[in-house]
Amino acid sequence: MKDMDDQIPRTLPIQSATFTNPINAEIRRAAATGIYDIRGGGAKRKVPHFDDLLFLGASVSRYPLEGYRERCDTSVTLGTRFAKKPIQLDIPVTIAGMSFGALSGPAKEALGRGASAAGTSTTTGDGGMTPEERGHSNKLVYQYLPSRYGMNPNDLRKADAIEIVVGQGAKPGGGGMLLGQKISDRVAEMRTLPKGIDQRSACRHPDWTGPDDLEIKILELREITDWQVPIYVKVGATRPYYDTALAVKAGADVVVMDGMQGGTAATQDVFIEHVGIPTLACIRPAVQALQDLGVHREVQLVISGGIRTGADVAKALALGADAVAIGTAALVALGDNDPKWESEYQKLGTTTGAYDDWHEGQDPAGITTQDPELAARLDPVEAGRRLRNYLKVMTLEAQTIARACGHNHLHNLEPEDLCALTMEAAAMARVPLAGTSWYPGKEGF
Amino acid sequence: MQTYDLEADGLRGMNSILQAQSGETNQTSWEIVNPKGSHAIAVGLDAPIEVTVKGSTGYYCAGMNQQATVHVVGSVGPGVAENMMSGTVIIDGDASQYAGATGHGGLLVIKGNASSRCGISMKGIDIVVHGNIGHMSAFMAQAGNLVVCGDAGDALGDSLYEARLFVRGSVKSLGADCVEKEMRHEHLEILADLLERAGADAKPEEFKRYGSARQLYNFDVDNAAAY
Repeated sequence: MKDMDDQIPRTLPIQSATFTNPINAEIRRAAATGIYDIRGGGAKRKVPHFDDLLFLGASVSRYPLEGYRERCDTSVTLGTRFAKKPIQLDIPVTIAGMSFGALSGPAKEALGRGASAAGTSTTTGDGGMTPEERGHSNKLVYQYLPSRYGMNPNDLRKADAIEIVVGQGAKPGGGGMLLGQKISDRVAEMRTLPKGIDQRSACRHPDWTGPDDLEIKILELREITDWQVPIYVKVGATRPYYDTALAVKAGADVVVMDGMQGGTAATQDVFIEHVGIPTLACIRPAVQALQDLGVHREVQLVISGGIRTGADVAKALALGADAVAIGTAALVALGDNDPKWESEYQKLGTTTGAYDDWHEGQDPAGITTQDPELAARLDPVEAGRRLRNYLKVMTLEAQTIARACGHNHLHNLEPEDLCALTMEAAAMARVPLAGTSWYPGKEGF
Repeated sequence: MQTYDLEADGLRGMNSILQAQSGETNQTSWEIVNPKGSHAIAVGLDAPIEVTVKGSTGYYCAGMNQQATVHVVGSVGPGVAENMMSGTVIIDGDASQYAGATGHGGLLVIKGNASSRCGISMKGIDIVVHGNIGHMSAFMAQAGNLVVCGDAGDALGDSLYEARLFVRGSVKSLGADCVEKEMRHEHLEILADLLERAGADAKPEEFKRYGSARQLYNFDVDNAAAY
């Protein structure tokens, strides 16, 4: 009888597709600690992205430009609508807002050095403007955030542009967070807060609500800065058509739209993964809003959230953006998640490529920390050079694609240069499924 | 006294002239007539000048003020003296929402009442209100002093940091982590000085002091009900 039992085929253990090992681990962690998971970075889940689009290079119907021989311009001007001094950039790739506090002083310096060497801008973050950052950034965008930490009119007038932050892609509707481990003496002083507390910034501005108020706030900022510098409005991508239209109505020079893959220094994982929409899904509605209002290219659109390569840059521009902003990719270029720190990542219970506990201030690469010893690991000159190289490569890649599509400026890329690999990407980007002339929602197929 | 007709000559011209004044100017006294509720009047000033606004204003009057004394002979809209760094702003009438929001320094005096969220996120400014203040005042207030000679509305000092709140009248309710605290000698001295500078007819001993219980400074799951 026993021999017969051994011969009966057994049911293999089946892992649940719903209760996966990571999900179960999170349930156990939550049960043990009573607190939600906090981390840095953007959405890690797989969502339709630029990888789901392909360029249609020139062939018989279009002719290409000669690589390295025929010119393909990359410059962009931001803030041409109302500002007396729009920002002129050599490349359409900017550095997104990241705070001193979230990042170390050397990391902020490196961002300024790299961006300046590549001819582009960098951006402050929650916590105000540091002299080092201003000193090393040829073009510096000053974020005007709900917390107003370190906010003062003198710094406001030193900025080359002002970015009113309504939200960010990692947490649309949420405020900033900087936990006690990173509130050093200097950070505490800049933010007028006690040292060592968990700092939770407000999720909305303290002195205005809604687009009508925003219009008056923009008027005030322009009056204080003599209408000199561009005013950006940054939103986390959720309702891109209406948010863009309302930002335009309120008087923005530039709209910055940040998709859910855009990073944060720290917030709840549930917020990062479940609130907001993918970057790919927000570009066409935002462009549509600008076109419907007759201001496409007059009000510039900056797209951010998961931009990694020159191909991503080219695709965002082809869909109608004027420029892109990078955050996480810039940190990787500086040295974040570098394999050379693998043994230290393992001590922290993680591994290269997955390290996202930026809020804990123990970054082996010395970037997302306020620990002086860790911060000293980053050489701002060398890291700045790496960032410059990376920005140059992205630009060269985007130029390569633009020339292949027959364009002598990156801004001449257009949706007609693209096709989609998936139905989802076709629907979001409103470009045809590869090999067809149809995308979901388009009539007449 | 220099007089500027806002209705006739426009906002940009007025702010531009006032912003151009420096510490060496001999044109230290200015009068703005016909404000008619305009927004962003006398914003971004940075000189020891005196500006009198003859009438009521809209949003953000005296926003981000430095050094200047701005006196409004009327009432003001939302966000008066927002993010003020230094100087003095005096309002003869009432103030709408967010008076003194995020202010880092200076003195804001409201001789009438202030609406909701007075002193929201204040970072070192001193605010003296002769009348009452509305709900959610001093929300997330970080530093500075808020003095209320009348009553305070609901949720005073919610999620307060290190700002000091002094109320003479009743408090409808206290916000999360805000508690009544002992009034010590140094607080009476601060209060006496502010009341005198604000021209308020009140005695320091008539006030109660409120501040942060500091229980929400670091996340604790046992405090989840307060979040």
